[in-house]
Amino acid sequence: MIPVEAGFIPLVDAAPLIIAREMGFAEEEGIDLRLHRQPSWSVMRDRLAVGHLQAAHMLAPVPVAMSMGLGGLAVPLDATMLLSVNGTVIGVSPRLADAMRAHGVSNDFMAARLVGESLIAVVTETLRVGVPFPFSMHAELLYYWLGSLGLRAPEGLEVRTIPPPLMADAMATGEIDAFCVGEPWGSIAVERGVAELILPGCAIWRFAPEKVLAMARAMIERDPDLTRRLMRACWRSGRWLSDAAHHMTTAEILSRPGYLDVAPEIVERSLSGRLMISRGGEERQAPRFIEFHGGAAQFPWRSQALWIATRLAARTGLDRGDAAGVARDCFRADLFRSNLGPVGADMPGASEKLEGALPSETPVASSTGRLFLGPDSFFDGRIFDPADH
Amino acid sequence: MSQRQQSQRLRIAVIEKDRERAHQVVDALSDAGDYEVSVIGDETGLARRLSSLDPDLVLIDVVNPSRDVLEELALASGPLERPVAMFVERTDDRLTAQAIEAGMSAYVVDGLHKDRIKPVLDAAIARFNMVSRMRRELEATKAALAERKTVDRAKGLLMAARGISEEEAYALLRRTAMDQGRKIGDVAAALVTAADLLK
Repeated sequence: MIPVEAGFIPLVDAAPLIIAREMGFAEEEGIDLRLHRQPSWSVMRDRLAVGHLQAAHMLAPVPVAMSMGLGGLAVPLDATMLLSVNGTVIGVSPRLADAMRAHGVSNDFMAARLVGESLIAVVTETLRVGVPFPFSMHAELLYYWLGSLGLRAPEGLEVRTIPPPLMADAMATGEIDAFCVGEPWGSIAVERGVAELILPGCAIWRFAPEKVLAMARAMIERDPDLTRRLMRACWRSGRWLSDAAHHMTTAEILSRPGYLDVAPEIVERSLSGRLMISRGGEERQAPRFIEFHGGAAQFPWRSQALWIATRLAARTGLDRGDAAGVARDCFRADLFRSNLGPVGADMPGASEKLEGALPSETPVASSTGRLFLGPDSFFDGRIFDPADH
Repeated sequence: MSQRQQSQRLRIAVIEKDRERAHQVVDALSDAGDYEVSVIGDETGLARRLSSLDPDLVLIDVVNPSRDVLEELALASGPLERPVAMFVERTDDRLTAQAIEAGMSAYVVDGLHKDRIKPVLDAAIARFNMVSRMRRELEATKAALAERKTVDRAKGLLMAARGISEEEAYALLRRTAMDQGRKIGDVAAALVTAADLLK
């Protein structure tokens, strides 16, 4: 057995790594997958960069930001594959939620425009929103959603970094008015009575790349065999996770003290997409709240990396053309094809696509001819064309 | 590069909740050189506090989840205006690895000369190493204690169920562990769990 040291943050979307170990997918590939819970994203990124960890559960924008020279060491990290798509929630303080109800907020959990407009209408001062990391899909979705509706940083919106386990505390002390965070931390804030959930991240972008299996580029080059084994284990694990019959088992495993250390009932909410939005017990269903496998969810589309890069570049004042170039290289569609083709992963015909162009599930050209993509729309109907960048 | 960075004392911010540990780091730093050291014990509004302190260097324990808040500094006023980077970008890889091994993160305002950072880091790394060794020893002691308790309970269960002596119960546990290629603690834990289920 080849030992592999991998890091994760206690989140439901760490499931592909945890399940790869617990259900034996790693062992089938001859690897002893040793999982290490990490205290923060930056520490995990740095440990990956200096080689203490060989692989990590990582926010999709981190490898892109790092290759653009934003934060951390100047060591190239690659996204070998996606571990999950979607899976975040937006919550507001009970005070804001009451004001939104008085204003007549939509009852539709997926109505990003109506919910956003109602939030903006009741905000009187700069809206302070917590996200887990400056380079995260959480931050990108917030800027996209509220920016598109006219609420922009820094005048109307202040996005602050709050570590997920401290998000409920920050709501309780009034340090922030709202948050965008991965599960189970949104549900935990609800349980503690300090927040109500108003929107799932997937209502803003129906197919947002969330977590990746990140490795240092030097590590991938030095050990292509280990990379292949690990990717296969994670791919099979994601396929297993996508079966609803496995939700209960998954929730039980993730809830263990060494992993998430929260009640299985709370973990199960995000796996099934049935979220309790307030302490009163009100439930909402989000379609494809979190996706581990279906719709080519594990494929690292270069157009997703480009979307992230252009958004980061616009916000930080970096050159978009340079950003696009380095971003393309760090989402390794090439590795995905060569390592997962032989085990039966269905391969899309292209490695870039229009982002946001599919309002519903659509058949596309693929290696087996049975691949369906989408929906992947943005709430405002915009389409991102990678050819423009 | 600002005038201050060349001529004045280095400003160091230490983020540490535990007062005892904060004292230790401050002591180590003042032994190493003449620095202006501030301790931040309460992490509420950390990014704002740091920007008002305007330190040249920030030290934080790796296990502190607020480490991610420091990343905000890299974007606080735009990366092009006032870059803040992790110290290691400006120094050498060995030092980086040592610091992370020791459980320490340091952020340095870009443009600070390597020679001015090194003595600070050397002192901090030595201290962090000592603290994390103590932490490891404490954890090992706790784990050993917990295991001994479990083995004692398992022995008790065997003595009661099979009417054997304590010595025989221990021998049985040891033999089972050897036969199955497992640790005595694991076998004992399995037995205790099973017994709890059967209650």
